[in-house]
Amino acid sequence: MNKIIKYVVTDILRNKIVLAYTAFLLAISLSVFNLEDNASKGLLSLLNIILFIVPLVCIIFSTIYIYNSAEFIELLVSQPLQRKKIWISLFSGLATSLLVAFLAGAGIPILIYAPNATGLTMVAMGCLLSIIFVSVAMLAAVTTRDKAKGIGVSVLLWLYFSLLFDGLVLFVLFQFQEYPMEKAMLVLSGFNPIDLGRILILLKMDVSALMGYTGAVFKDVFGTTSGFALALLVMVLWVVFPAWLSVRKFSKKDL
Amino acid sequence: MKRTLHIALCLLIACQHSQAAVFRVGKNQPYQTIRQAIASAGRGDTVLVAQGLYLEKNISITKPLCLMGENYPILDGENRFEIISVRSDEVTIRGFRLEHCGVSSLQDIAAIKIYGCHRVLILSNILKADFFGIYVQSGVRCRIENNQLKASGRSEQQSGNGIHCWKCDSMEIINNRISGHRDGIYFEFVTNSVIWRNISSRNIRYGLHFMFSHNDAYISNIFQNNGAGVSVMFTHGVKMFNNFFEDNWGDGSFGLLLKEISDSYVIGNKFTGNTSGIFMEGSSRIEVSSNEFRANGWAIKIQASCLDNVISHNNFLSNTFDIGTNGSLVLNTFNGNYWDRYEGYDLNRDRIGDVPYHPVSLFSMVVEKNPPAMILFRSLMTSLLDKTEKLMPSLTPENLKDDSPYMKPFKL
Repeated sequence: MNKIIKYVVTDILRNKIVLAYTAFLLAISLSVFNLEDNASKGLLSLLNIILFIVPLVCIIFSTIYIYNSAEFIELLVSQPLQRKKIWISLFSGLATSLLVAFLAGAGIPILIYAPNATGLTMVAMGCLLSIIFVSVAMLAAVTTRDKAKGIGVSVLLWLYFSLLFDGLVLFVLFQFQEYPMEKAMLVLSGFNPIDLGRILILLKMDVSALMGYTGAVFKDVFGTTSGFALALLVMVLWVVFPAWLSVRKFSKKDL
Repeated sequence: MKRTLHIALCLLIACQHSQAAVFRVGKNQPYQTIRQAIASAGRGDTVLVAQGLYLEKNISITKPLCLMGENYPILDGENRFEIISVRSDEVTIRGFRLEHCGVSSLQDIAAIKIYGCHRVLILSNILKADFFGIYVQSGVRCRIENNQLKASGRSEQQSGNGIHCWKCDSMEIINNRISGHRDGIYFEFVTNSVIWRNISSRNIRYGLHFMFSHNDAYISNIFQNNGAGVSVMFTHGVKMFNNFFEDNWGDGSFGLLLKEISDSYVIGNKFTGNTSGIFMEGSSRIEVSSNEFRANGWAIKIQASCLDNVISHNNFLSNTFDIGTNGSLVLNTFNGNYWDRYEGYDLNRDRIGDVPYHPVSLFSMVVEKNPPAMILFRSLMTSLLDKTEKLMPSLTPENLKDDSPYMKPFKL
């Protein structure tokens, strides 16, 4: 299993796309921190990168990588190896290499220029989102045999999580304006890892505005250690659940 | 010549005053209790109290006296009594430590209460764990200076105000430190007075509570971390200069609440880290200029009921929202401010941006209507909405704009 992980990681780290991704993140984060007059503004600009670019790259790259290594997977399956192990090693390899890319590209600059609570939360959320979207990509790739369709599904999933879901939430909010929606919002936010990550970062970043009435509800839930732990747990579930589902599908898949 | 004579005469009178008798109170002194000393003293005499603990129930002062403490003698109200009642003009109380005055929900019991007197001076006292601290009722030209008031009230009902002035005129509240009371400083029907260099922090309700108090000024005070910030209501002619409003958090909490205020000035203040820096409601003809708004949730929330206010030459720096409002009617002027979110350009290099700045974002209107929407703040969806709104304003008030935004922040 370790051998497969090692092979996948070295294969990906040599890949020009991942190198370009790292360089892109590095260039953006350095320029953002050097151009803005204060670090908190830089963090704000990076927030968008972390919430949109990182999931996008992770999900698309992972999907394409899995389709491209179809022959390699077939080869592995013909060996006396458990399918479960093959799939999990693939997942771990992808997740590790994209994590390394993220940490090198964005993590280190953030920790250098803004080594505060906001920065740390941001790095943590970036890491979690990377893994979550690798996991979602695995699921998308295993469900469809056709490459083009699989990539399409991935793009749609990304679009859904980063844009459509929020639109739906806004729609629901205005439809049920007369009702107390705070608790429902909390539950709803758990259904989108990007939202969850964003809220956890915002609680560190825009505390004053979030301390308004509804903000207070959020702060009461996410601001406490147990609430923060719960949110992290939900995010970990977002890693585990799609990955587990994809493992099950892969085990039964007719290659 | 006439003038020198006048001064000489004044000096002579002053000298006579200094020759007034001194009545010493203490363990090994002629008088054992303050009460006896006050009874024996004549007009203008001094009662000097040595260090120690005095349980004298209620001390009533009915003649012009100077009551002075050496090394902060403790006057204890045993949680039942009003400690000092001043019922005469020209009384000075200086250098005491007043603790544990009574708590009542029927009467306003205070550590020091002034009943309709002129020219009373309350100087350099320490007030600890009192219900009301210094209570002035119908006082004129009284000065409250260098006092430290600290209470640890838990609920609004169980605690009183630090410095409470009711129906007063020409008061001076200078350099006091107040914390843990219900309202730090409370003004009702107080006119022509000044509040200067006080620090009011961690009070349960307001740092400063101000009602029906016309033509007052408060200058260079610090209001920090109070339950609901500072509230100025139903007043005209208030001057608010160079104050600090910091860290007042919560939905009903404001750096500065202006309700039904007119013809007033808010100049040179710093608003930092509040949920709302200024909240304006039903206010008119207020000049808000040369202030700094930094890292607030909303820098200014200005309701549509406000009229003819001028907001100019302020710095708006890293606030979550610059301006919030609740309607499309705009009868106020925003002019020549610096907004750090401004993305315009300055082609003729006169340091004024060439395109107007719209400080109200669509999302702040959405949150105003539907507070739980705050959960979507800074998501791609809402940023896109904000961008489209900037290109084609439909929901945000079109007239709420700064036509001459500055390119560089002001040096304040």
